[in-house]
Amino acid sequence: MLDHKAQQAVFHTDKLTKTYPMGEVEVHALRGIDLDVYAGELVVLLGTSGSGKSTLLNIIGGLDVPTTGQVIYNGQNLTQASDAELTEFRRLNVGFVFQFYNLIPSLTARENVAVVTEIATDPMSPDEALALVGLTDRGDHFPTQLSGGEQQRVAIARAIAKRPAILLCDEPTGALDSKTGIVVLEALEKANQTLGTTTILITHNASIADMADRVIFLSDGQISHEKVNALKLSPREIQW
Amino acid sequence: MVRAVAIASINQKLLRDFWQLRGQAVAIAMVIASGIATLVMSLSTLDTLSFSQQRFYQESRFATVFANVTRAPTNLEDRLRSLRGVAQLETRVVAPVRLKMGLSDQPIGGKIISLPDSGRPLLNGLFIFKGRSVKAGRNNEIVINNAFAEAHDLRPGDSLKAIINDRINRLTIVGTATSPEYVIHTPPGVLIPDYKRYGIFWMNRRTLAALYDMEGAFNDLTLSLADGVNAEDVIDQLDEILDPYGNVGAYDRDEQASHRFLTMELEQLSAMATLIPAIFLGVAAFLFNIVISRIISFQRQQIATLKAFGYSNISIAWHYIKLVLIITVFGIAIGMAAGIYMGQAMSDMYGEYYRLPFLLYRLEWPVVVLAFAVSVIAAVGGTLFSLYQAIRLPPAEAMRPEAPLAYCRSVLEKWGILRFFSTPEKMIIRQLQRRPLKVALSAIGTAMACAIIILGSFGYDSVQRLLDIQFKHNWKEDLGVNFAEAQPISALGSLRNLQGVYAVEPFRFSAVELRAEHYREKTVIQGYRPGSQLRPNLDLTHRSTDLPTTGLVINQFLASTLGVKRGDLVTVKFLEGSRKVREVPVTLVINELSGIVAFMNLDALNRLLGEGDRATGAWLAVDMEILPEIYRTLNNWPGILGSYTRQELLKNFTDMLDEQIVAFMLVTTLLAGCIAFGVIYNSMRISLSERAQELASLRVLGLTTREVGYILLGEQALIILAAIPLGLLTGYGLCVVMVENTATDLLRLPLVISRETYTAAALIVIVSGLISGLIVWQRIKRLDMVSVLKTGS
Repeated sequence: MLDHKAQQAVFHTDKLTKTYPMGEVEVHALRGIDLDVYAGELVVLLGTSGSGKSTLLNIIGGLDVPTTGQVIYNGQNLTQASDAELTEFRRLNVGFVFQFYNLIPSLTARENVAVVTEIATDPMSPDEALALVGLTDRGDHFPTQLSGGEQQRVAIARAIAKRPAILLCDEPTGALDSKTGIVVLEALEKANQTLGTTTILITHNASIADMADRVIFLSDGQISHEKVNALKLSPREIQW
Repeated sequence: MVRAVAIASINQKLLRDFWQLRGQAVAIAMVIASGIATLVMSLSTLDTLSFSQQRFYQESRFATVFANVTRAPTNLEDRLRSLRGVAQLETRVVAPVRLKMGLSDQPIGGKIISLPDSGRPLLNGLFIFKGRSVKAGRNNEIVINNAFAEAHDLRPGDSLKAIINDRINRLTIVGTATSPEYVIHTPPGVLIPDYKRYGIFWMNRRTLAALYDMEGAFNDLTLSLADGVNAEDVIDQLDEILDPYGNVGAYDRDEQASHRFLTMELEQLSAMATLIPAIFLGVAAFLFNIVISRIISFQRQQIATLKAFGYSNISIAWHYIKLVLIITVFGIAIGMAAGIYMGQAMSDMYGEYYRLPFLLYRLEWPVVVLAFAVSVIAAVGGTLFSLYQAIRLPPAEAMRPEAPLAYCRSVLEKWGILRFFSTPEKMIIRQLQRRPLKVALSAIGTAMACAIIILGSFGYDSVQRLLDIQFKHNWKEDLGVNFAEAQPISALGSLRNLQGVYAVEPFRFSAVELRAEHYREKTVIQGYRPGSQLRPNLDLTHRSTDLPTTGLVINQFLASTLGVKRGDLVTVKFLEGSRKVREVPVTLVINELSGIVAFMNLDALNRLLGEGDRATGAWLAVDMEILPEIYRTLNNWPGILGSYTRQELLKNFTDMLDEQIVAFMLVTTLLAGCIAFGVIYNSMRISLSERAQELASLRVLGLTTREVGYILLGEQALIILAAIPLGLLTGYGLCVVMVENTATDLLRLPLVISRETYTAAALIVIVSGLISGLIVWQRIKRLDMVSVLKTGS
């Protein structure tokens, strides 16, 4: 377990709110989120559908801006950043893993990783990244030639290949069965442990929370409570 | 009640879909509107001109048969009138005239035609623009041709000096007019109208007969036929009676100069007015069909959802047909409105040029129906095809996103070529490889748009080329002089002695009928001397030194009309003087483009005519500075009918070119540009819709807008670049079709497409691509990255 107090927060959010106009009514997706995320930890954001976890992830990832409040990443205020600066932020610091993998169908597994390493400053080689997720021999396959689990592992390889400071994962096992899901979570865990990448994973699957250093419970746009796992389980030990 | 609500909400969807597609809808509507506008503009212009021509002929009682004689007694009239098949007959006196206008000494020629001393003409009535016709007994009154009046700014009340039979007469203009015989008229030996230097005039018969020594006689007659009578029969009878009086040979309307000119111009216009819009509308319909079908296939999931809700295939089909019909009707309406507007403008312009006294704007119903039918069939066809693709799947299957395309390694990769490209470039190349049909259709669409731009501009290049050949290559004279009658060549000596005259070359133009077996063709044999400096070339390859000592030189077009080749004998019937008939061999066939052309060695021609060394005119090389002095000399020369300078002639041609062809070219190029834009923009928009997910994912992964834009627009740029050469080639092909279909006796367009036209076509396509790219770029900037995280690819 990491000692938070001894560490500088990578992310610091301050009274984040997000309101969407929805026709006549306003939807309050976030209602004042104060959150610190520390270097190297694996945080699970747990909540039901509509709890605000995706909105929070989008704002942290620089894909969306809060209505009020601010996000500080290593001293940089993301809420005041321009579109170009946010792109730069994502490009240099953030790796994304999507629920539906979002691989580029016209590129092979290796090239899907390369599309990110080509624009990164200090990437690992695509083959190295694929080896980390156990897909050394699948580099020349196109997405349609891979299983769902394999596709998600390629997506993880793509996300970690540029050695990002942060890995943001949005329901990474949401489209997978439990057996495949475990393999994917193992890949994420490995990335977190071997590369020390700060990882934020959102899910509505409570079991997954057992592999986290810290679990943040979201409900109705607010943090309802927080739990530090004294004992982290490995994905294989998780009960689905 | 439930049903009513259901219909209302699906119509709501219709309106929202339409609103969402508005950018594309406008672009598609532009494509179909451009096709329709071209069709409506061209055909309505043509209909307007032909209808107005017919109506004018009818109202002014245009004659059907015409004859000229040297001199025939008026007491012959009764016999002529009683000929079988003649309805109305009128004899006239027609006299050549020379005018002195203002300060200019340039000889101005013309023709005066007699009007009956009492009452209106039975045939060929005048259409009076200003003033009135001449009154009985007023022997100093004259009506002048409207075009001539405009060219010289003359109006009723003005006077002019007319030299008839070498006597100067001061005449008062009482009216400006036109007649169906002289709607359009050209000076002798000149191909296009020159209203400044050649006019048509009308006076009382008694006055004119007295001035021209034609009292108790006539030298011209026109007649109309009784219903169902064949003109040939009457012509034969007429020739028999008139032959002793110096008959040149009666002829029917088809050979009447003004009618023939007008008809050929309209034929040429007709070929352009049917071929170009047919191609335009065809291309527009084809593109329309492609674009619509891609839009519908993109709605596949929605279609499945509606099906899952229980909507029948037919009601879904109708729903989408309505969506497409909104766009189509929108396009048709714009196209119709623009077509009618441009058709009126175009008709006015042509009407002005053809000198029709009035224009009755016409838009025939079949044109409207055709435009409607082609557009609707193209639209509905495209819709049904794609709907069928979507509907035949079970809803559950169709509701799932289309399976991602299976990519595999291509030859390029097996050869290792792809290694040299960056990953985004690999995406572009694979995308192109993976969907060859879609790419091909996009490229063909763009190529067709490029091709019709060339077709629209080609006329200008072609005519420009003709002018270059004629005015720079074939014709070198500064000044041309026409005599009223053939004169001895020795008389030209006085011209040669003038200071500033460098060369004088006689020519003789002789009206003939050429016959070979059953083929006949009336034309003019142009006789001049081999080695001529002022007409140094017969065509692009033959020089005037190639003019053989004997025999006829004819162009390819005349050779094929007569069905003869080099070495064959042609019967030449001279339509003047003693009207000799001679057998003459064709000694050379040349490739001259301007209609029917026959050349002969002047000496050989004179030998055939047996009247000694004579000329009907001369070409001169002169110092243009001393032109006024030359004119003064010419004016004192009794036999001069008129003159022209090459500069003036070229200006007339260029003006005509600018007025007619440039306007047509600009309009068609503009419409073709709209089509190019419509196609390219839609192609890009659809591509963006199809790949929004992929591109937004890349944006999330940290690629900049520029990097993502490069992937999408790079692919489109490659398609456009591939389409351009294909379009240029197709454009050339369309021009070949055009040349084949527009050849008339007066003109054959040379197949010339300038580098500028090719460049302009390519540029218009590129600019359309850039504008479309810029609009799409704005959308790429707004790609929704958040939704990407939640939806599958």
